[in-house]
Amino acid sequence: MSDASVDPRFRRKPPRRPLRLSWSDERVRGIVYQVVVVALIGSVIYWLWSNTVHNLEVRRIATGFGFLQREAGLPIAEHLIPYDPTDTYLRALTVGVLNTLKVAVVGIVLATILGTIIGIARLSKNFLVSKIAAFYVEVIRDLPLLLQLLFWYTIMQGLPGPRQALNPVEGVFLSNRGLKLPWIIWEGAHTAALLACIAGIVLTWLYARQARAKQMADGQPRKIWPLAIALVIGLPILTWQAMGGPWDVDWPALRGFNFQGGTNMSPEFAALLIGLVTYTAGFIAEVVRAGILSVNSGQWEAAQALGLRHGSVLRLIVMPQALRVIIPPLTSNYLNLTKNSSLAVAIGYQDIVSIANTTLNQTGQAIEGIAIIMAVYLTISLSISLFMNWYNARIALVER
Amino acid sequence: MRPGPAGQGANGRDAVTATRRLNFLRLAGATAITAVLSLPALAQQPAAPSGTTIDAIRARGTLICGVNTGLAGFAQPDSQGVWRGFDADYCRAVAIALFNDASKVRFVPTTAQNRFTALQSGEVDMLSRNTTWTLSRDTSLGFDFTGINFYDGQGFMVKRSLGVNAARDLNGATICVQPGTTTEQNLTDWSRANNIRFQPVVIERLEEVVAAYVAGRCDAYTTDVSGLAATRSAQPRPADHVILPDVISKEPLGPLVRHGDQRFADLVRWVHFGLIGAEEFGITAANVEEATRTDARPEVQRMLGRNGDLGQMLGVDPAWMARIIRGLGNYGEIYARNLEPIGIPRGRNALWTTAGGLQYAPPFR
Repeated sequence: MSDASVDPRFRRKPPRRPLRLSWSDERVRGIVYQVVVVALIGSVIYWLWSNTVHNLEVRRIATGFGFLQREAGLPIAEHLIPYDPTDTYLRALTVGVLNTLKVAVVGIVLATILGTIIGIARLSKNFLVSKIAAFYVEVIRDLPLLLQLLFWYTIMQGLPGPRQALNPVEGVFLSNRGLKLPWIIWEGAHTAALLACIAGIVLTWLYARQARAKQMADGQPRKIWPLAIALVIGLPILTWQAMGGPWDVDWPALRGFNFQGGTNMSPEFAALLIGLVTYTAGFIAEVVRAGILSVNSGQWEAAQALGLRHGSVLRLIVMPQALRVIIPPLTSNYLNLTKNSSLAVAIGYQDIVSIANTTLNQTGQAIEGIAIIMAVYLTISLSISLFMNWYNARIALVER
Repeated sequence: MRPGPAGQGANGRDAVTATRRLNFLRLAGATAITAVLSLPALAQQPAAPSGTTIDAIRARGTLICGVNTGLAGFAQPDSQGVWRGFDADYCRAVAIALFNDASKVRFVPTTAQNRFTALQSGEVDMLSRNTTWTLSRDTSLGFDFTGINFYDGQGFMVKRSLGVNAARDLNGATICVQPGTTTEQNLTDWSRANNIRFQPVVIERLEEVVAAYVAGRCDAYTTDVSGLAATRSAQPRPADHVILPDVISKEPLGPLVRHGDQRFADLVRWVHFGLIGAEEFGITAANVEEATRTDARPEVQRMLGRNGDLGQMLGVDPAWMARIIRGLGNYGEIYARNLEPIGIPRGRNALWTTAGGLQYAPPFR
């Protein structure tokens, strides 16, 4: 939009009226109302705060966050960072946050994939496929999540004990102690290879961007995939080889009560993940279906008239438009999944709520404990919201 | 907006009025929300511990007593929904002292996690719920423990088929435990001291944690030995489970009240001592009537309210203890009725005076 096209009348600002100290002045009234409301809310918050502090003092209940530096002494079964009961409450709570993030991140990814598949399946022309998808959505959506979690957990407990573990493939054991898988013994070379892979992805992305810019300039398409393979797969392998190429596998083996070695997925985590993914996928499926249906059928017909196949129509024409409808409710579902993960308490997965509850029980500092839980969920939820809003703005239809 | 026959100007004025009305509504809404939010807070202020607990209970007409969610022998509703058990009887004893009526108790089931907040916030008047007396609970949690009515210790239960005979053999085992209890911390302390590694499974609800143990998710279940006995007795085949002989901690259990109201704490404390004292003197539910009339021992006469003003000192009826014994029996009778059927012998909870146990009452004078 150039300056010349602007109507000159719009450039003139409306005349400013001086502020009169009178009730009849709209702006004065507005200011007074806002000051009153802010003062009211402020005083209520202050009153609540001082009342709480006073009552805590009278009842001799300890306050403050000093307890975070004390030794926790609580056992945690699953931890992404090294943890021992001799560590502080702060570290225990960090472990809890990471456990929440672990199930939320994996859950969101899987629920999106499963939800999209089911949403598309429900629109399938195949009677059986669409009816199965519809049945899935109706059943899953109508049952309380807690019930579903307990259901999955009970199923996990119904697996045989470690001494009778199912052993479908060499080194893989499925028992009521979880799923045991062989795992490589992690060394510096593996970390380096992982970093090389990330660097490769970044470089590929930069190259692709440049290639597209050049294509825009001269119309010549450039092949990206040979370089992509070299950077994303070749570079990490070379790095790994250069550092000696260590490849020692840690095989799980039954020793004493349980399997030692390898990596483990606990029944608690599995039950929570399966419950959250299947439940949220039911909702995401409906969101995806609504998004696809929101695209005008003329778009389908036009694309088909161009000779595109069904899959290509969906991928190239319909989905980009449907995403604009899908993303905002999808954000809500992501937030729901994250918050629903707090039901982990019921089935013994130690997320932030479980660990903060134990902490507040041991220290007696309920207000601080609840405040920590609130702060954690608020931070996670706002981060998801911000990211999704950014993504939504990015894919929004750009109108020129 | 209503379609008017008026021209542009009138419509404009309408719009301004509507905006103003909208602003006013918004303001009114905000004020209403603020008022509603502040109301419960204002209403809560009198609940601050200025008035005494006894007055509040008397005014209410019932004692609100926090008990376990369901632990056989200690507190569990029977088929009629009546709470039965050792801890439940302690609530009844306090109700008899205050109202001369064992039915004036409202039992509030509390979990290991919410019991302390329930007492701190005034939701219950007292807790009679397998709670271990520790220094931090006595101080920083703001409670007063009024005595020890059950000396317990933490142990382990395993399935007989596992073939484990001692706790030391549990190295590498998966152990089921409830969170937020001293049990959890004892377990880690013990494992560190004995260099035993274990995998915890931490589940809040008693039913769920027991179910996980029974289903084989854990090799062992740990809690107070009394709790293990209660759980074992509730299994379809109790003989399939073994309580290991090792006891890894001291768990003195007893009723507790909020810190700061000594009168109520005194009452709960002396109800407990009265039950012990009655057993020491051999006064039972059956002979209490006769003892009140004929027993010539001065301390018995003071305890049963025939002489002296001990009841008045506590702020209750002179015959308080006689009524408690008539209604519930003495400590030994309460114990025998509730705990011996589920396989918990008197053990160290026997009287010091006759059997060399740990239970002992200070003098009634």
